[in-house]
Parts: sequence; structure tokens; C-alpha cells
Amino acid sequence: MTEGNSVLAKAREIKIIGFLCNWCSYGGADTAGVCRFKQPTDLRIVRIPCTGRMDPLFAAKSLIYGIDGVLVSGCHPKDCHYAVGNLYARRRLEVLKHFLPFMGIDGRRFHYTWVSASEGQLWQKTVTEFSDRIHRLGPNPGLSRT
Amino acid sequence: MNRYIHNEEIFMNRRVAYYQGCSLEGLAHEFDTSTREVCAALGIELVEIPDWNCCGSTPAHSLDPVLSAALSARNLAIAVQEGADVVMTPCPGCLKSLKGSLEVYHDQDERQKFLDILGMPFDGKVKAISVLQLLYEDVGPDAIRKRVVRPLTDHALVPYYGCLLSRPAHFAQFDDPENPISMDRLMEAVGASVPDFPYKTECCGATYGVTRNEIVGKLSGRILDMALRVGAEAVAVACPLCQQNLDLRQGQLNRQWKRNFDIPVVYITQIIGLALGIDPRKLGLHKLFVDAGVLLEKRGPETTQAAQ
Amino acid sequence: MRIGVFVCQCGTNIAGTVDTEEVARRTLMLPDVVYATSYMYTCSEPGQKEIQQAISEHNLQGVVVAACSPRMHEPTFRRAVERAGLNRYMFEMANIREHVSWIGLDREANTRKACDLVEMAVAKLRYNQPLFSSKVPIHKKVLVIGGGVAGIQAALDCAEGGLDVLLVEKKTSIGGKMAQLDKTFPTVDCSSCILGPKMVDVSQKENITLLANSEVENISGYVGNFKVDVRKKATYVDWSACTGCGACIEKCPSRKVPDTFNEELGKARAINIPFPQAIPKKAAIRREYCLHFTKGKCGICKKICPVEAVNYEMEDEIITEDVGAIIVATGYDLFDHSVYGEYGGGRYPDVISGLQYERILSASGPYGGHIKRPSDGKEPRDIVFIACVGSRDASVDRPYCSGVCCMYIAKQAILTKDHVPESNSYVFYMDIRSPGKNYDEFVRRAQEEYGVQYIRGRVGKIYPRGDRMVVQGADTLLGVQVEVEADLVVLATGVESASGSRELAEKLRISYDQYGFYMESHPKLRPVETNTAGVYLAGVCQGPKDIPASVAQGSAAAAKVQALFARDTIETNPQVALVNERACISCGKCIQVCPYQAIQWKELRGGDRKAEVLPSVCQGCGLCNATCPCKAIQLLHATDNQILAEVNELFG
Repeated sequence: MTEGNSVLAKAREIKIIGFLCNWCSYGGADTAGVCRFKQPTDLRIVRIPCTGRMDPLFAAKSLIYGIDGVLVSGCHPKDCHYAVGNLYARRRLEVLKHFLPFMGIDGRRFHYTWVSASEGQLWQKTVTEFSDRIHRLGPNPGLSRT
Repeated sequence: MNRYIHNEEIFMNRRVAYYQGCSLEGLAHEFDTSTREVCAALGIELVEIPDWNCCGSTPAHSLDPVLSAALSARNLAIAVQEGADVVMTPCPGCLKSLKGSLEVYHDQDERQKFLDILGMPFDGKVKAISVLQLLYEDVGPDAIRKRVVRPLTDHALVPYYGCLLSRPAHFAQFDDPENPISMDRLMEAVGASVPDFPYKTECCGATYGVTRNEIVGKLSGRILDMALRVGAEAVAVACPLCQQNLDLRQGQLNRQWKRNFDIPVVYITQIIGLALGIDPRKLGLHKLFVDAGVLLEKRGPETTQAAQ
Repeated sequence: MRIGVFVCQCGTNIAGTVDTEEVARRTLMLPDVVYATSYMYTCSEPGQKEIQQAISEHNLQGVVVAACSPRMHEPTFRRAVERAGLNRYMFEMANIREHVSWIGLDREANTRKACDLVEMAVAKLRYNQPLFSSKVPIHKKVLVIGGGVAGIQAALDCAEGGLDVLLVEKKTSIGGKMAQLDKTFPTVDCSSCILGPKMVDVSQKENITLLANSEVENISGYVGNFKVDVRKKATYVDWSACTGCGACIEKCPSRKVPDTFNEELGKARAINIPFPQAIPKKAAIRREYCLHFTKGKCGICKKICPVEAVNYEMEDEIITEDVGAIIVATGYDLFDHSVYGEYGGGRYPDVISGLQYERILSASGPYGGHIKRPSDGKEPRDIVFIACVGSRDASVDRPYCSGVCCMYIAKQAILTKDHVPESNSYVFYMDIRSPGKNYDEFVRRAQEEYGVQYIRGRVGKIYPRGDRMVVQGADTLLGVQVEVEADLVVLATGVESASGSRELAEKLRISYDQYGFYMESHPKLRPVETNTAGVYLAGVCQGPKDIPASVAQGSAAAAKVQALFARDTIETNPQVALVNERACISCGKCIQVCPYQAIQWKELRGGDRKAEVLPSVCQGCGLCNATCPCKAIQLLHATDNQILAEVNELFG
């Protein structure tokens, strides 16, 4: 995987942005790190307090300007640190997913999921699979520059 | 207890594809005839798969798993062409091969190779079940109980399941891997008394009968010993190999270990067939090595009164 | 803004796969960054000094540390910059250890990623503003959930420190699993003799309010100011009147009630006190077995009670209390061994659980402390113990070690020999786990002094032969199959999370692992805290542990509460939402979505109304921020501008 990255980097490095809630998924990513679960290096993580804080426009804007993939992850439904934040997020992000194609963006570049602070292995799997998917899709042309 | 709602209409006049396999053509002929008789009596039409071929048995999959899967899948594919959605086979070895081919089909990495070898249209939706599964889950003990004309009241029988019928659990998807009860319930349905049999899944020695006969003698002997200890008059089985090791080899066993076992080992289909009032000859009862005539003795309330 | 960047090498943890010098060099080229360096251990004292020195020398207004996870050291560095005169929120962290150096081996790609993360942190920092906490008073009362030994210890330690304690117990008596034990390892002292006095203390301490037969129904609020609703379940006996005389129990005609305290080895009555040392020692009626409730007749207990305490009309009661901190000590359940078909699947009466055997051994147990087997009451001669039943077995989804079984089997085998000197005990085990003070010596005593036969191997089958049980297994040291005929088989049943633990976690907003054990804040450094401030853990609810560890954790949780309550006020988190009234269009959507009712209407002069955040109630989730159609409400320290600054940095 890492080899593939450096080859691609010469052309144009794939960049994926991840919005992770502070309580579960950010912790899950930390757990994966502590356990040394190797992952592709394309992902850049932004820490947000809760997926409920996730404005769908953050994802839309990233994709419009040519970020290659957006991954959002929070606590499992019912386990939200703020009780219901992720339930709101689920509705908003599901709508966003269906809306992206209408904006001319490949919906597969966006993914949202739930990973708890103890699920390091699941995080590794999530990142690996999503990175693979984005690598297959190739660089995102974005909308603003076309 | 059962997964399906038992309605006579559901299984009456049902068509099921029938895979006989090689054992049932030879030594286990009576398993074949009794299966056919019992199904006919219960209104299930068995349609033998035309031009069926070897399931691959034990040698094929040890050589090339995908090739052997395609070999047994040919039988399933023909059954589907004939309009079947369920294939039933009495032999657990055949069942293992048929289910194994479905497992290979559902493995994404192997599917294409598998389909290339098979060279026939196949969508993997067909189900493979044993005759025991058909009787226990599709027909059900309650429906069988209603049709009993000659109950085996006061006959103590123990079920011997062997290793394959409910194992591995995720593969078999049938009964409990450690304490299966399907035959127990079916035999209770036909009026027999069924004591708890601790060795119902112990090893009978399987194919060691060919190479290391004394191992089979020891293991099968343990099972028969336990059957006698819990007071059984006969052992019920649903596998040709189990039947062979326990029945055919009783003589060898007696010579080898200086024992005098004389306990009939009967197919579950023969037991149900007797209870349904089918002629014992049609069930092939006379083909067993240890005489099973004891099962024909009529017991129950009247005889007890007569004795008094 | 003048920004300083400190790239930590973390020894070789980061520097091993990230070129930290290069990261610092490239960072120095960013606008506003006036100082950047790479340091061996930034979190160490000299490392923190270096930050403070740089702040004063270069007149820094903001600091970025690129190091480990902010969940680890953000508070450390915030304090460091604060000591150098900066506001603690003029600080950002870039996580280049857990999210970079530990998960990738490609040094070049890692270095690029680390640079990106630092750039993002710098971009965010440009929008940071100093934030200031306010102070709110603390309700100096602590709620302890669970009255097992961990909860008892926590409650007593808190009460000893002068705090008011509300102890909520699900069952009708406190004592938990320890009250069911006969003896404890490795000292073999009597469990109820050491626990009993503590239970009495709980009932006698004036500042402990004990709510037995009660469950936590709902929890709201935040550290210092929780509001809890407790459901006091109807006992149909007025406990303020009941003297615990037991006259009602003697006369109760419903005699076939499973005795749960004795692990269903005996029978109890429909009105019952679970055991003689129960605290509170009050009778309670089990509705599902009471003839008055099931058949509509009988009423003997009501007639017989000398103080007229029985009240069939009693109903559940909800009690609401304000507390400042919560200690969760909900304990565990015993693994249900009936899933093991090879051990009989629960069919054989003489194959019993470890806790059942504990009741058999106990003088207050169903057989008065005489070892008898449940099937026919005979004294067993040959006893087989099987270790790891529901532990270290992935096939039943219990891959973890329960930690106590090896020790309790050794204890039970020793006690068996004491009770029946001519008995033989056999133990089938996988490994012996005895890492505790005097633990291994204790197991050795069982083997050497008491002649307990330890057989290393698993059991494949248990079946009856006559009136005895045959245990068939392997001895993997000798490489042979073994068969032991036993009169009694004791399964060393393991520990699993208490039923309802997940539901309670959801009410408390704390996390749990895949097996239902509660997650501590940090597995090594914050073992009793949770990620929800003001909620602490004690005992097995956090993970399998023995009595000494549970007691220690109970005391530790109490110490944490004492430290929290040592102040009169608590500093609020200033990362809360703030309304820009000029942009607010008064749609009220934020008020609708707020999970804490922290936003309300504020009437302006002229009759207009605008949303207003109550900073002491706001928890900072940002749900309102994402909801607001005109972005008039912003979550401080995670504003739209701050998050978008990070995103924009990546377009580069």
C-alpha cells in the first residue's frame, strides 16, 4: 500500500480528509495507533467534538475543491457522548450522500460510519478499505477548477 | 422446537430432488429403499437427479477443492434444471460434498474458477439437506406422530448421530453440535422411549475400518457398550458408514475383543417406516447384519395386561 | 499572530518513521510561524521549559505541539503554555504519533502527512481566541451505583471523608457477589466475616442513604451538577416498619421459589430476606411467586406481621436527587455454562457452577456447609474442577481471562479436602494464572500439601455413568486421553458484564467495550475515570478483577471524588456555543435540537427574541452550530472558520 502511495505521490498525492468525533472514533484511531495497526497514509484527520457538529457543507466543500475522499466517523448509534448527536449526523449525512451526485460529485468519495474507542481493528479496516476505494476512483477533479 | 410451522398441506405432494450417492446403491441399499418408502408414505415425491455423478467423497477434495466442488455441483445444477430448489440426500458424506460445493460457490475468490470448470448455469440458491433434516424440520415430529399406525411403544432406542450430521455447526446449520436431538424427537414421536445417550456424537472410527480395523473395533465397541448400558434394544443411525461400522463389524468386534454384542443398528428411516406401518421387507429390515426382529415385537398396554 | 511549533520526536516513537527535523524546517516556512523546532521529549520537564522559554523569547502568541494524541497530553501542554502567560486555548496539537508514525512505515509519506497535520493545526490556531472558564458550585453528594464490595468501599470512603452518599443497589440487600462466597483466597478467611462489618457500617453511617431494591432510571446534567432519577421498586413491605423478624417468611405458603441467593440450589419463600446478614435486613415479596398476587388469595404475611408492615398496594416510587459525582460499581454476572453442550449443557444436576459450589461450601448455604451433591445429597468423594469455562474461549465470544477462576478453584479444592479429608480433587486447566501477592504459593499449597491433582488439558465430554459423572479429557503434558469418574463436577465459570450494563452506560453516556465492560479514560494512567467528567468506575464493571483489586479501585474512585469535591466550585468548560445576536434569525432550530436544553429564548427590548446559550449547561457538542441555517451560533474553539481553515489547508 505504502509503495503504491509514493508512486502515486509523484503524479498527485491522494488526499482524504476524515472528520472524527472526539469521544469514540478519534479514540478508535488512537487505539489503532497504539496497537500499531498499519494503515494507508492518505488520511488527514480533523477532530470534531461530535458527529452532530458535522456540517454537511464541510464534506461538500472538501469534495468541491478537490479533496479525493471524505470519511466521517462517530460513536455507534445510542452510544453518543452527547446522547443524540450521531443520530442527527446519520440523517444529515445520509441525505448528503444521496445529494452529492446531483452536484456532480461521485457519491463513492464520501463515506460515514461508526467506530468506537475500543475498535482499533475496525478503524484499520475502515481506513484501508476507504483508501483502496479512493485509489481505485483516482484523483477527484473537483468542481471549482473545471 | 422446529423452525417451520407444520402444516400437512405444506409437505403433502411436495417434490424434492433426490441424490442417492454410491453407498446407497451398495451396502446401504436399505437406507435408500426405506428413505423412498417413508417419503412416499408422507406424500413427498422424490425425484432422482437424472444422470447423477459421484459427489467426490473423501479423495477428491483432498486433491483439489475447487475441482471436487464443481464435480458435486454438477448434481445440484442438474437438479435446478429439473426445477428443484432443495436437494435431499440421506448420506452425510454426500451432503458434506454438496454443501461444500455451495460454500466454494459463495467464496468470491473461487467462484469464477468454479463456474468455469462446472460449465453449466448455476446461481447457488439451491439448498442441500439430509433426509433427517427433511423429516425433522420440514415434516416435523408432530406431523409424523399423527400418522403412526404401529407405535414402537416400550421399545428403548438410542440415536447415534456420529460426527458429520450436525458438524461443523456453522456448516451444518442443523441441530446442536454437542447434543443433537433431532433423532431423539423423531423416535419419541413414533412412541419409542429414548434414554439419554452420552455417546451420540462419539467417533465410530469412520474409514479406519479399511486401514486400521482394530481402531474401529475399539471405538465402535465403546458406543455399543454405552448403548447397552443405558438399556437400548437397538441403535438408530442416519449414516451408512456409522451403520456399517456398528452393524457389519459387530461380528469382527466379537471375535477380536471376545465380546458377544447382538444389538441391531437400524436406519432412522426404517424405524419411522415401521411405525408408519410399512412392510418391514420393503424397508429392507432383513438386509441388516444383526437381526432387527426385536423391533417387530408388539408391546404396550395390551401385552402388559396379557402378561399379568 | 506569532506562532511557535514544537515537533516532538518522542524518542524514536515518532522520529523512527517521521523526519521531525524536516517537519520543523518546512513548518518554519509557513506564514505566521516565527519559531519551529524538533525536540526529543516535548512532554518532559525540559521540553515544557523549552516551550515556555520560546514563548517569552520570541514573544509567541500561539503554540502548536506536534506529538502524540491530544487525548493524551493536551491538558499537559495547555497548562505549560498557561504558565508562560498564554491563554490555554491559544494552543493546538497535531497528532503525529498515533495517527502517523505508529501506523505507517514509509518515512517519506509519513513526513508529508505530518507536515500536513501541522499545517492544519497552524491554520486552525490562527482563528483561535482566548477563552475563559467560569465557576459553578458543586453539589457535594455522590451517587454510588451498586452495593457490592467495590461500591461499599467507595461509599464508606466517601462517607468517611464527610461526603453525603446515595448508594443504589438493585437487589434487596447489599453485599454483591462477595456475600455469596464462603471463603476468600489466598488467606482463606471467611468472606461474610470480613464483608459483614463493612455492610453494617454502610447502614450505620449517617451520611449514607441506602436505596436497596432500586435502579437508576435516568441521569441528566454534568459534572458537579447531575440530576438522577432512581426507581425504588415496590417490595410490598414497609421497610420503615419491618423489623426483619422473619415471622412472615416462616408462615409463607409459597415454598417453591427458586433461591437466587443460593444460586437456585435451594428453595425460598415468596416473601424473603435473602441471607441472615442482609443489609437492610428487611423482607420483600416477589410478586411473581406470591399467592396473593398470582391467585388472588392468601394474605398470611399481612396477618402475621407484628408491625403491620405488609402493604400489597405498594407501588414503585421515583426518587430524584442532585449529585455532583457518580461512582459506577455494578459488578458482573456469572457466565452461563449451559452453552457448553460438551459439559452437559446444564442438563446434569451434578455439574455445577463455581458460585454454586461456593454456596454448597458456605455454612449459611443450602446444605448448612456440608458438601453434598445436588442430585441425591450424597457426599462426593471424587470431585473434578474444570477451569476456563466461559473464559479464554473465542467460540463462546469470551476470549478474555476472567482472572479469578484459577485462584477460586485452588481455594475450593483446598476447602473440599478440609471438609472431606478422604476426597480426591482433580483440576483440568489450560494455564494457571496466579499473579498476585501470595497467589502462586497458594496454588502450590493446593497441589503439594492438599494433593489436588492438576491435569493440564481440556475436557471434551461429560456424561453420566450410573449415578456418577464421567469426565473425558486430554492430558496434554503426557499426551494421553484421560477419563475421571467423579461424583461432582465444578465448572470454573468465568465473569461476564452484568446484564443491563450497556443500558446503564447509555444513561451515563460512558463507553463500554465489545463485552459490555466499561471503558476507563486511559488503560494505565486514568484507570478509574471515564470519558464523562464526574463519572468514575470501581470493580468488575470495568473488567474482571478479584476482591483486593475491586476494593482498591473503590477506594481510588472515592479519592477521585474527594479531590473533585475539595473545591467548592468547578471550572466550566469554555468551549461552548455562543450566539451572534445580529445574525440570529430567531428560527429556534437550535433550541429544538439541543440535547441539554442549554439554549433558551432571550427577550430583547422591542419584543424581539433571540437564542441564548446557558454556558454552564452547554456541553459543547456543536449540534446547534451544524443546525443553524445562518451560522449565527458558533461552538467556540470549533467554529466553522476554525474547521474550514483546517480543511482549506489541505487543498494546497
